[in-house]
Amino acid sequence: MPDGVTGTGIGAAVKRVEDQRFLTGRGNYTDDINRPGQTYAYVLRSPHAHATIKSIDTAAASEASGVVAVFTGADMEVGGLPCGWLIHNEDGSPMHEPPHPPLAVGKVRHVGDQVAVVIAESLAEAKNAAELIKVDYGVLPAVIDMKTAEAGGTLVHDDIGTNKCYDWGIGDKDAVDAALAASAHVTEIDIVNNRLIPNAMEPRAAVADFNGANSEYTLYTTSQNPHVIRLLMGAFVLSLPEHKLRVIAPDVGGGFGSKIFLYAEETIITWASARIGRPIKWTADRSEAFITDAHGRDHVTHAKLGIDDNGKFTALKVETYANMGAYLSTFASSVPTYLYATLLAGVYTTPVIYANVKAIFTNTVPVDAYRGAGRPEAAYLLERIVDRAARETGVDQLEIRRHNMIQPDAFPYQTPVALAYDSGNYQATLDSALSLGDVSGYPARKAGSATKGLKRGIGYSTYIEACGIAPSAVAGALGARAGLYESAEVRVHPTGSVTVFTGSHSHGQGHETTFAQIVSDQLGIAMENIEINHGDTGNVQFGMGTYGSRSLAVGGSALVKATGKIIAKASKIAAHIMEASADDIEFKDGNFTVAGTDKSMAFGEIALAAYVPHNFPHDELEPGLDETAFYDPANFTFPGGTHICEVEVDPATGVVKVDNFTAVDDIGRVINPMIVEGQVHGGVAQGIGQALLEGCSYDSDGQLLTGSYMDYTMPRADNLPNFKVATQSTLCTHNVLGVKGVGEVGAIGSPPAVINAIVDALSDFGVKDISMPATSAKVWQAIQDARG
Amino acid sequence: MHDFNYQKAGSVADAVSALNAADDGTVMAGGMTLLPTLKQRLAAPSDVIDLAGVSGLSGISVSGGVTIGAMTTHAAVSGSTDVKGTIPALADLAEGIGDPQVRNRGTIGGSVANNDPAADYPAACLALGATIKTDRREIAADDFFNGLFETALAEDEIITSVSFPSAEKAAYMKFPNPASRYALVGVFVAKTAAGVRVAVTGAGDSGVFRASSLEQALSSNFSASALDGITVSADDLMSDIHASAEYRAHLITTMAKRAVTAAG
Repeated sequence: MPDGVTGTGIGAAVKRVEDQRFLTGRGNYTDDINRPGQTYAYVLRSPHAHATIKSIDTAAASEASGVVAVFTGADMEVGGLPCGWLIHNEDGSPMHEPPHPPLAVGKVRHVGDQVAVVIAESLAEAKNAAELIKVDYGVLPAVIDMKTAEAGGTLVHDDIGTNKCYDWGIGDKDAVDAALAASAHVTEIDIVNNRLIPNAMEPRAAVADFNGANSEYTLYTTSQNPHVIRLLMGAFVLSLPEHKLRVIAPDVGGGFGSKIFLYAEETIITWASARIGRPIKWTADRSEAFITDAHGRDHVTHAKLGIDDNGKFTALKVETYANMGAYLSTFASSVPTYLYATLLAGVYTTPVIYANVKAIFTNTVPVDAYRGAGRPEAAYLLERIVDRAARETGVDQLEIRRHNMIQPDAFPYQTPVALAYDSGNYQATLDSALSLGDVSGYPARKAGSATKGLKRGIGYSTYIEACGIAPSAVAGALGARAGLYESAEVRVHPTGSVTVFTGSHSHGQGHETTFAQIVSDQLGIAMENIEINHGDTGNVQFGMGTYGSRSLAVGGSALVKATGKIIAKASKIAAHIMEASADDIEFKDGNFTVAGTDKSMAFGEIALAAYVPHNFPHDELEPGLDETAFYDPANFTFPGGTHICEVEVDPATGVVKVDNFTAVDDIGRVINPMIVEGQVHGGVAQGIGQALLEGCSYDSDGQLLTGSYMDYTMPRADNLPNFKVATQSTLCTHNVLGVKGVGEVGAIGSPPAVINAIVDALSDFGVKDISMPATSAKVWQAIQDARG
Repeated sequence: MHDFNYQKAGSVADAVSALNAADDGTVMAGGMTLLPTLKQRLAAPSDVIDLAGVSGLSGISVSGGVTIGAMTTHAAVSGSTDVKGTIPALADLAEGIGDPQVRNRGTIGGSVANNDPAADYPAACLALGATIKTDRREIAADDFFNGLFETALAEDEIITSVSFPSAEKAAYMKFPNPASRYALVGVFVAKTAAGVRVAVTGAGDSGVFRASSLEQALSSNFSASALDGITVSADDLMSDIHASAEYRAHLITTMAKRAVTAAG
C-alpha cells in the first residue's frame, strides 16, 4: 500500500483522474476537433475483393454540389505505406514487400480498398458525389483460403510471383524431428486461431490541417503512437520533414492494437490538405471500420508434442500459416514470428522446439497486431495441445502441467526459442488460482449442473507472454526497423507542481493516473500537483507509443529515470542552500534533509530556488528543474499466470455458459490494483469473446459476411460471469519498478481455458476438439457428429 | 442518407393521400428499420410520411382479446397490465424485442408491416390467429404474411391496429442470434378457442410459418413430452453463418417444448 505522503503512491487504488472528463462527456476526441474552413473527406472503396481498375471517371463527381476536389491513385504520386519489420526466409532471403499505395493504383485487392477520395464542404455532399464516380472494374477471382493462396494461381500481387510473403523458421528442426521420433507418445493437433475484427469503441478518425503560411502540417489522428505515425508518414510516404509535421493523438477511445498502424486515410488527407489548402476531416463509420481496420489473429496450425515415458515433454514442432491479408500492415510481419514462435516454450521445460511460419497474402483486409498479437496464438496452441496430451496419456490436467513446468529456482531461464525469462513462479499462480476458483468444490458444482441436464467442464491455461516491448538491439537484430525505447520529461514548475511529458499514449489504460502515482511516489508530492501530458509530437519529445503492454515497463521506467535525475539535481541545490555535502542530503516524503540534523527543505522550496536562483550553485549547475530520460529495456518482461474456466453446456441447444472464471496473473509490481483489475476484466472479456463469439467470416468471393454487429458477435455483459481476479507477483528483475505489464494478459490467457473447459464438458460425448468461436451451433453439431 | 421530403401526417387518410401523391413514398412508424436503412443509403425514398402525429393509432383495449393500436410501442405492450392480464405471452414477447431504445420507439404496426423474417410479432400474430386491421379492411394473420418482407398490404395501405384473441395457454420462446439478438429461431405456441397453433419465426426460408407436425402432436396432448421424437424438416429452413437448417430444425422442436412448458 502507499508509501508516499499523499496516499496516492505505488500500490494505491486511486480513482482514475481522466474519468472525470470521460464520464461527463467532455473528452476531446479527434472527431470533436474542427478547424476553420474545414472540409470533409469520403473514401470511395472497392466493392470487389480482387479486380483491375480499367478506368475511373471522376468528372461528374468533381462538378457535384459542394465538391472541392476528387483524387485517385493516379493523382497521388507518393511512397507506399511501409512495413516496420523485415523478416527473412529460412533460406536467408528477405520477405516480399509489395507496394501498398494509399489510393489503389491499377488494382484493388480487398473489399474496402481505397479507390478515390472525395473532398467536399460537407460529408453528405462528399458521399453524394462519390456515387457519381464511375469505376470500370475487371473483376478477378479472389483468393481467400491460405492454402489455396499458397498453391499460387490467382496472385494478390502479380509482381512478386507468389502469394507467400515469407517462409520463416526458428529452432533446431533436425533435433526436434529426432526427439519426436524417439518419444514414447506424440500428440498432434490442428488449430485455427480465428480472425478477429478489433472494434474499438471509437472508430478511426483524422483531421489534417496544412498551414500554407509556414508550410506546416498538423494531423490529429486516432493513434496509439503519434511519433511513429509522424516518422512513418513523414519519412516514408509523403517526404515531409519532422519539424514541419505535427501529429496529435488526443483522447482516443480504445485501440487494442488497431490504432498502432499507419493507415491510408490519414495519409491521404494530410497530402490532400496541402493540395487544396484547407483542413480536411475524415471519420470512419462503423461499417468502414469493419473493412479497413487491421484485423487480428488468423492462424492455421498443425503441431506435434513429444512426451517421454516419464511424462516429460521432449519436443514441439509447429507449422503455422499466418494470414497477412492483401497488404503488409505496419507490424504485420513481426506478429506471427517474433511475437509468436518465441513464446512456444510457454511455462514448460520442452528442450527442443521448431516452428515454421508461412505468411500468406489473400484478398482480405490486412491482418496485424491485436491485443496480445502472436502471444495469444502461442498460448492457445500450447495450452490446447497440453490439454489434449493429458487426455491421450491419461494424465491429470494439472499434473501434466506441474510435471513440465519451469521450477521457481530455475530463473533466469533460457528457452530454446530465443527468449530468456527473468522471473516467475508458475506453481504459485496455479496454486492461488486453484484456491480462488474453489476448484475443490468443482465436483459438487458438476453434479449440480447434471441435475439440471447440463454438462459442466473445467479448463486450465497456465500461460506466459512476453511484453514490455522491447530491447532495441535485440529487436533490431531480428529485423525491426525502429528502436523500442521510451522517453519521459519531468518538468518541475517554479512552485513545485510537475508536468510530465511521456512518449507513451493512453487510450483507455489510465496512464494519467498510474504515471501520476509513480511521480507522486517518487517526488513525494500530491497527485493533483502532477499533470501527465501525452499524444502530441509538438510538445512531447520523441517516443514510441503504447502497444505490447509496454507503457509501464518501458515508459514507466523512463519516467522513474527522469524523476531520479530531478531528485539528484534537487539534492545538489538543497545541499548548496543548506550548506551541506550533497552526500549528506536525504530525500524522503517530499523533503530534502541534511542527515542527522533538523535542517530540511520541501520539494517546492527547492523548485523555487531552481527558478529564482539567487542562492544557487551556478558554477556547478544550470538553473531550472527539468529533466528528460530515455529508457531502453534490457529484456522483455514475462507476465504469466493461471486462468481457470468452468462452463455449463446445454446439450439440447449447444449453448455454452461461462459459469466461473478465475484469473491469477503475475504482472510484477502493481501500481494501481483497481486499474489492473479493470485491465484483466477487459482482457478476459475479449478472450471469452474470441473463444465463444467473435469470428470474422468471408465468403469465397471475398465478401465480408460479418460486416456489422448484426452478424459479428461482440461479447456483452450477459455473456460473462463475475470474474475472480487476483495477482500473485514476482518482480521483474531488470526494470526499477519491477513491473511486467498487464494490458494483454487477459486476452492471452483466457481463450484456451474456455475451449479446454468446453472440450472437458463434451468429453462424455467423445468430443475431442471444438474450434473458436465455439458457438452454440458448432457445439451442437460437434455433439451430433460425436454421437454419429 | 439521401435527401427526402419529410411529411408529418395528421390522419391516416392524410398519410394515404400523401403516399399516393409521392413519387416513391414510404410510411414511417417507429423507424427502427427504416432509419438505419436510410442512413446506410440502402433506400432513397422521395418522401417519408411520419405517422407519429396521427391520433388514435396507439393504445391498448381489451374485449375478449386484446386490440393494440398500430403505433403502440413495444414498451407500452410489455408494460401493459391489460396485455399481461389477457395474453401474458404477448407482453413477454414485447419485452424481449431489441433493446430499451428500440422498445420505446418501435411499434407493433411497423414490425408487422415490415415482416422481417426474424421479427417476433409475426409469430404471435400467426400462432394466436390475430386480425390485422387497416385503413380499409381486416386481414387474418393467415392471409397477411407472404414471405420475406412481403405482406398482403397494398402499396398505400396502412395498418391501424392488431387484434389478438385471448388464449387459454400461450408462450413465446426465442433462441436469439448471438450477434443481432433477433430470433435465430422463435416459437410461439398458443392454445385458443380455435385450437393449438405453433408459429415459427427466424427460421423459414419464406419467413414466419406454422409448424404443422408440432401442432398435430400438441392438439391431442398439450405437453412438452408430446413433442418427444417429433421433428421438423430442415427443408425450406434458412442456412447461414449462424446456423445450419438442421440446427434450426432441431431448435424449433426444442424451443417449442420449452414454450409449452412455459405456457403451463
